[in-house]
Formats: sequence, structure tokens, C-alpha cells
Amino acid sequence: MASRIVVRDVDAGYGAVRVLHGVSIEVREGETVALLGTNGNGKSTLIKCIMGMLSPDAGEIYLESDGARIDLTKRSTEEIVELGIALVPEGRRLFPKLTVEENLLLGAYRTGARGDIDRNLPFCFETFPVLRERRRQLAGSMSGGEQQMLAVARALMSSPRILLVDEPSVGLAPILVNRVIGKIRELKERYHLTVLMAEQNFNQATKIADRGYIIVHGRIEFEGRSTQELRENELVKKYYLGV
Amino acid sequence: MKTVRAFLVGVALIGLGLLLVGLRVNPYAYFAGYVVLQYVIIATAWNVLGGYAGYVNFGTPAFFALGAYTAIFLIEAFGAPLPVLILAGGLVAGLLGLGIGYLTLRLKGVFFSIATFALSVVLQTLIINWDYVGGAKGYTLIRPPAPFFGSWAILLFMVMVGLAVVTVLVARSVERSWIGRGLAALRDNEEAAECMGVPTLRLKLFATTLSGFFLGVAGAPFPYYVTYVEPSSAFDLNYAVNALAMPMIGGTTTWIGPVIGAVLLGTAQQVATVTISSELNLLIVGVVLVLFVVLAPEGIVGLVRRLRHR
Repeated sequence: MASRIVVRDVDAGYGAVRVLHGVSIEVREGETVALLGTNGNGKSTLIKCIMGMLSPDAGEIYLESDGARIDLTKRSTEEIVELGIALVPEGRRLFPKLTVEENLLLGAYRTGARGDIDRNLPFCFETFPVLRERRRQLAGSMSGGEQQMLAVARALMSSPRILLVDEPSVGLAPILVNRVIGKIRELKERYHLTVLMAEQNFNQATKIADRGYIIVHGRIEFEGRSTQELRENELVKKYYLGV
Repeated sequence: MKTVRAFLVGVALIGLGLLLVGLRVNPYAYFAGYVVLQYVIIATAWNVLGGYAGYVNFGTPAFFALGAYTAIFLIEAFGAPLPVLILAGGLVAGLLGLGIGYLTLRLKGVFFSIATFALSVVLQTLIINWDYVGGAKGYTLIRPPAPFFGSWAILLFMVMVGLAVVTVLVARSVERSWIGRGLAALRDNEEAAECMGVPTLRLKLFATTLSGFFLGVAGAPFPYYVTYVEPSSAFDLNYAVNALAMPMIGGTTTWIGPVIGAVLLGTAQQVATVTISSELNLLIVGVVLVLFVVLAPEGIVGLVRRLRHR
């Protein structure tokens, strides 16, 4: 199934605060696309628009799947999840007082994924062995890194076609960031997941991205067709590498 | 298989009730048993919204009394029989639940609780001023002879056994379904639940409706039980406090918690009423609740679980 997400000329914001100005990006099947930008540039806002948690003021967002075009701006978050788009939210947003296993099962809430639990749960435990050890433990009692792993695993439980990851490195020690990013790469390589990852940690993100966008003050300022292009870009040098 | 087993346990309990009826013990036992079973229904119904979904409802008396007053209205207007009263009481209270769900969509935590408390006050004022159902002076029901068992106390006791079994079975199956899972997500982190595609709005409305339905069911036979209903007895603060205290004492996250809490606290209150004084009831509830909140915040179920895992 060939599917891609297209965001075209999207304006969005909260009340009087305008955050996104004519943003266009595209995520194609099997790609890992990085959405790079420092804090407050609109990465999470864009992710929220795609997930139907914020409706854009202008522009279009659609999922193209086998030739059919599905307008995402008119759909609720539940419906978008039903379409096979899963989110690893910023700050993880786990269910802290539920067990690890209950958290994972909630990831499979969409009707299309309930039948896959018998396959997906062992898969998650195999990919993240620490979660198997802690399956009966409350999610809130785990360390930050383990919680991030759980957030990723929970999203995978929905058998997603497209995975949106919002700032997986936030609040994690560098070594844990490495591990989380490494896991996402492993998943992407082994299962050809389509991933859109919003991240401010440039070095980590370019380790796994095929290509990326740089968002500055709500505008896409640069589109890098490869990580090479991203690394050599002047903006990146200015914002991230301090050159 | 587990559902079948639970169903069989339910049938067995009804059988046990019938056996108790056959024994013809002291009639007061049926009278007191009715109250305890009524609390099993109230606590279980409250817990669907308060325990599973985490929305603490202080307006239990509103739903309970609405069930009772729906019954009074139907008796007065059509002379409707008991099964009709129970169903109608449930439906009207369920409708109120749905309406409250819609009205309080954006209210969370303590604000939701305050709104439900206000609901109880508003509804009581309406009833006080509605003379058709007795108004402030109350409504007296003259019961026809009991159609079965030869006594209303026994008949109503049996009705309550049946209703309690049905309510608990429904609450149990909700807890174990995807709906229950979604409600738990809602309780723990509503934002996260939305991210996961849990239909939070629909689930909340489902919980307010189902909870309201069974609270109304608990209230519908009330006029037959007391034969004299006045607003202050139907809207008694006792219902609000007990509905909350019983699940808290038993444990709110499972179906068995409110049942344990209702049986223990309900029985203790009945015993206290006879042996000490009927005024002491709320005091007992208060003391026990404080003890539990401090010593076992997850109720008896949580306590047992913790001891077992040690």
C-alpha cells in the first residue's frame, strides 16, 4: 500500500497567536523525514495539525493512499488514528497509573489494531525487552528513557502505516537519546516504517533521517533532500552548529 | 468463559436470595437487606463514572430521586406496575446523565463535582415546587397487596437482589471491555487518551448515561419501599456521601470494589441504626472514609493486592 502525507500551505495557530505560515511538507512511504527546528518554531503545532488536534486556518493536509485522497483537516483525532497514523506525543503522555501492559493495549485501541494484539504485543516486548520485564509495573514508576521506549512501543501497537514522533529526545540524558533514536532506526530499517520526526537535536535526527525540513518561525526555510544537504546548509550551521 | 462463570454466579446469588426468602427469617432482615442491596447498585453505578472514568459525581441524590419521582409520576398518572417504573426511572435518569455529560463536557476535576452537586440542589427545588408528585409535603403511596411472596418487604428485597446482580454484571463487563480500557485511559490522562485515538467524548457520555441509568434504577422502587416520599428523603445527602464512600473504601478501579464497600458499609450502617442510633450513620461513614483515605487510598481491593504482591 503506497501512502503519503501531504501538508500544503498550512496556516495555523492558537487564537491570536499565529504559529505556522504557509507550511508545506511531504512524507512518502518508507521514508524517515526529520522536521528540524529549535523550541517555539512550530514543530509540535504542525504535528498537532496532522493529528487533527488543531485545525488549520488555511491550507490542506491529506493522506494519499492507493490513489485515494483523504482530507485530514476534516477528521477527528480518533478517525485519523483509525487511518493508521500513530503519534508518539511530546513529553510521552503515558498513562502513569496504568501498567506497562495496559499502556500498550491502549495503543491498540483503534479497531484495525485490536486483532493484531497477539502479534504486536510480543513484537513490542521483543523490540524493547525492558518492557517485558516491567509489564506489570506502573508506567509512571519507570525512568525517563524507559517511558520514552514505552511511548514508542505504544504507538507501534496500533500497527501504524505512518508514525509521527514528536521530540523523542526531550528531557532525556544524551546516552538515552542515543538509545531511543537507535531503536527508531532499527524499527525503520527492519519494518520500513514511514516516520515523521520532529526534533531539535540536529545531530541525533540526521543520524536516522533520509531527508528533512528546517522550520524557523513557522516557515519551512530549507528542504534538504538528503542528510548531506542538511548538514551543509547555512541555516543549520547558524542555528545548530554555531558556526 | 469467565463471562459465563460470572453469569452463573449471578444466577446463584439470585437463587440464594430466593432461599433466604424461603427461610422467612425476621422480616427486618429483608427490610435491611433491601437498603444494603440498594447501595450495591448505587455504589456500582456511581463507580462507572467516578471510578472507571475518574469523574467524581456529587449529584447522586439527583439521579436517585429522579428515578423515585419518575416512578411516583407514573404511578400517579397511569398506575404503572413496578417493572415499568424501574425501566422508566432508569431511562429518565440515564437521559439526565447524558444531558449532564453534554453540559459539563469541558469541566474536569472539582469543577465537574461542583456542577453535579448544583444539579442535585436545582432538581430538589423543582420537585419541592411540583405539587403533582407531592411537592414539599411529600407523596404517600397506598400499596396494593403484594402480588408475590405475600409481603412487599420480601418482594422488594428479591427485586433488589435481581437488580443488583444485573447492575454488577453490566459494570463488570464494561470494565473488561474496550470501553472500560478507554475509560481507564480517560481517568489517567485525558490528553494522552485523545492522542491514542480513544473517543474520549463518546466514552464520557456513555459513562454519565450508564451511571445515571442505574442510579435511577436504584431509586425507582423507593416509593414502594418507604410508601412515603418527601424531597428531603429522596435527595438525602446520605446518597451522595455513601455513593462516593463505598467505592472509595472498596476500591474504585474494579467492579468488585464498590460491591465490597457497599456490603460492608451498608451493613455496618444498618447494624448501627438498630443498635446505636440512626443519626450515627453519617459519622460512621465519615470516620471510615477518613481512615481509608489515609491508610488505604486504593481501598480494600488495593490493600489486598498490595499485601499479595509483597
